[in-house]
Amino acid sequence: MEKARPLWANSLQFVFACISYAVGLGNVWRFPYLCQMYGGGSFLVPYIIMLIVEGMPLLYLELAVGQRMRQGSIGAWRTISPYLSGVGVASVVVSFFLSMYYNVINAWAFWYLFHSFQDPLPWSVCPLNGNHTGYDEECEKASSTQYFWYRKTLNISPSLQENGGVQWEPALCLLLAWLVVYLCILRGTESTGKIEQLANPKAWINAATQIFFSLGLGFGSLIAFASYNEPSNNCQKHAIIVSLINSFTSIFASIVTFSIYGFKATFNYENCLKKVSLLLTNTFDLEDGFLTASNLEQVKGYLASAYPSKYSEMFPQIKNCSLESELDTAVQGTGLAFIVYTEAIKNMEVSQLWSVLYFFMLLMLGIGSMLGNTAAILTPLTDSKIISSHLPKEAISGLVCLVNCAIGMVFTMEAGNYWFDIFNDYAATLSLLLIVLVETIAVCYVYGLRRFESDLKAMTGRAVSWYWKVMWAGVSPLLIVSLFVFYLSDYILMGTLKYQAWDASQGQLVTKDYPAYALAVIGLLVASSTMCIPLAALGTFVQRRLKRGDADPVA
Amino acid sequence: MAKADLSAAWIFFFLTLPCVFHPERMLWLLFFLVSAIHAELCQPGAENAFKVRLSIRTALGDKAYAWDTNEEYLFKAMVAFSMRKVPNREATEISHVLLCNVTQRVSFWFVVTDPSKNHTLPAVEVQSAIRMNKNRINNAFFLNDQTLEFLKIPSTLAPPMDPSVPIWIIIFGVIFCIVIVAIALLILSGIWQRRRKNKEPSEVDDAEDKCENMITIENGIPSDPLDMKGGHINDAFMTEDERLTPL
Repeated sequence: MEKARPLWANSLQFVFACISYAVGLGNVWRFPYLCQMYGGGSFLVPYIIMLIVEGMPLLYLELAVGQRMRQGSIGAWRTISPYLSGVGVASVVVSFFLSMYYNVINAWAFWYLFHSFQDPLPWSVCPLNGNHTGYDEECEKASSTQYFWYRKTLNISPSLQENGGVQWEPALCLLLAWLVVYLCILRGTESTGKIEQLANPKAWINAATQIFFSLGLGFGSLIAFASYNEPSNNCQKHAIIVSLINSFTSIFASIVTFSIYGFKATFNYENCLKKVSLLLTNTFDLEDGFLTASNLEQVKGYLASAYPSKYSEMFPQIKNCSLESELDTAVQGTGLAFIVYTEAIKNMEVSQLWSVLYFFMLLMLGIGSMLGNTAAILTPLTDSKIISSHLPKEAISGLVCLVNCAIGMVFTMEAGNYWFDIFNDYAATLSLLLIVLVETIAVCYVYGLRRFESDLKAMTGRAVSWYWKVMWAGVSPLLIVSLFVFYLSDYILMGTLKYQAWDASQGQLVTKDYPAYALAVIGLLVASSTMCIPLAALGTFVQRRLKRGDADPVA
Repeated sequence: MAKADLSAAWIFFFLTLPCVFHPERMLWLLFFLVSAIHAELCQPGAENAFKVRLSIRTALGDKAYAWDTNEEYLFKAMVAFSMRKVPNREATEISHVLLCNVTQRVSFWFVVTDPSKNHTLPAVEVQSAIRMNKNRINNAFFLNDQTLEFLKIPSTLAPPMDPSVPIWIIIFGVIFCIVIVAIALLILSGIWQRRRKNKEPSEVDDAEDKCENMITIENGIPSDPLDMKGGHINDAFMTEDERLTPL
């Protein structure tokens, strides 16, 4: 007799799990960056169009597949067609890569959170140098927040080749992050739901990409979540709700991020003016307090004419302070979260409170997404009879967490951040596009769109609107193909891939080329997930051939 | 030193010139001599001279005081006080400290001379003396290291407070222990639940065995083979009898 599949206590739990998975760090640090790069408010137009045309249909598709097949990604795709079990395997592989490096972000968030309970905040002051006569050189050249991130948190090496050893502080934080994730997934799904420039073609491509990755399509997490649903659950409504909430969160996060940008830009601009005033006052022995923001230009002109030689001597040191150039600095990713935001926070009143709240929020977002990722890996494993008969659920979860934690220690080494960037940029991007494309084609053309539609109608009691059918069968696959082609050609045209390395002597980032073995790792990352699909199909084909070969002599 | 020699030569020249002996002129000459030597000793960029820069308005805003000769006197007093703390220089007087080139910045140069007022004290001594007493000097003027600068004398910066056990490790330890305890509790409760589930089916089996000893079902009619009625009454027969309508 088949063991009853665990169910969500109610549909609200399921919705919250999906939202907590979809709303992640990308909403906070990728979307505001894209808005800024592609014209601010006008980026919302391609974003919303892509949401309606690509995001919602694909989300609904994945949820429907999971709810109909009532299995994790591997089982679900095997049911649709045995040749397509590779899609599920590819999803699990990609989820595995993602969970390896994603939890490192939570480790960093924990590190900053623990350091927020000090006065003054450790990233607001530079440490002193050896003989206490001035500040540390690297910190002077960069800024105190950059120094804290690159030197104290990462202890980053100057290039990818210099590996260094495992740093014990981030390693401890990573261990804690994995323990927290294990605590949440220990009991299985029941516990995870608890309380989660218009003409510019690049703008459209980035909008499509952002929607795609922001919703977390293709990892198998949504299939896993939906497989625990009652068959009669109205997943169409939930798909729309989840995607809308995800987008609203992105927009809300952008509003907050832009106000932080404005605060930081104003503060830095005023600081710059003060520095220039001080330099002029000291060089020309002007009266203290004479130079203000309003008369600065006037006085500069007067000094240039009155003392030309002295002025030209010190002219290279004068920076042109401009509010626009401060506002133009657009940052995304870990740089935004851990450098720009901390810089803004350190200048606020009661900075410890804001810091604790901010990193707590980052942790909630990160751990919510991690639970979705681990669900994508665990659900197929616990579904498989072979594994679940030998090991209890707790042991499987523990094993997965242990393996991921051990491999994740690579990211705590001195060159760890460079490997992190490799995984972040290449582990999921191309593979996911391919996986979701194969998923859509599989459901529409291999399983049959009519068959799927009648299944859904029998399951939920509601007919599938023509809009969804058109999107699934035509528009979304076309969009994904064009995205795929664009990115592939982009990678090929760019030539050797480059990365940003931190130069301690200059106090800034420099561009370097990836060494050969790093390029090999990138190729392996992409290949290991995408090759699963054809390899599994081939394997099934060979298996069937052999079976037919055995059956023939008997008949 | 060379400048002092040069001015001494000039003075000698003056004295040897034929002139009427006049007491006032002698006094003027003496004054000129003294100020000339002083001027030579304290010059921007002179040997053993230091430039000082004050940013009073930046530090105090509206409560800023004006920099006048009285403040200069206080400054000379503080420098003399610092020098007196150096061994072998306990005889330093306020008059040994010379100020010059006061600008509206406010910035000026100063030197410290020895009791003979002919030589300036070596820069190293003045430097170490000022460094030792920088805090007192700052407080006398309500300023700090950023607003009262002695160029070429770097101030010892106060290191940030460094507790013996970093705070973050304490918080980390607390959260770590909580998480480990929670995990252990969940795992243990899972094991207990499973053990209870394993016990229940075996208890139900025992009860069923007992029941089977009591009742066997013959032709769909329960009868008790161990009934002690001695076989006089056949339960199966009896039931059939009742199905017939009574006459």
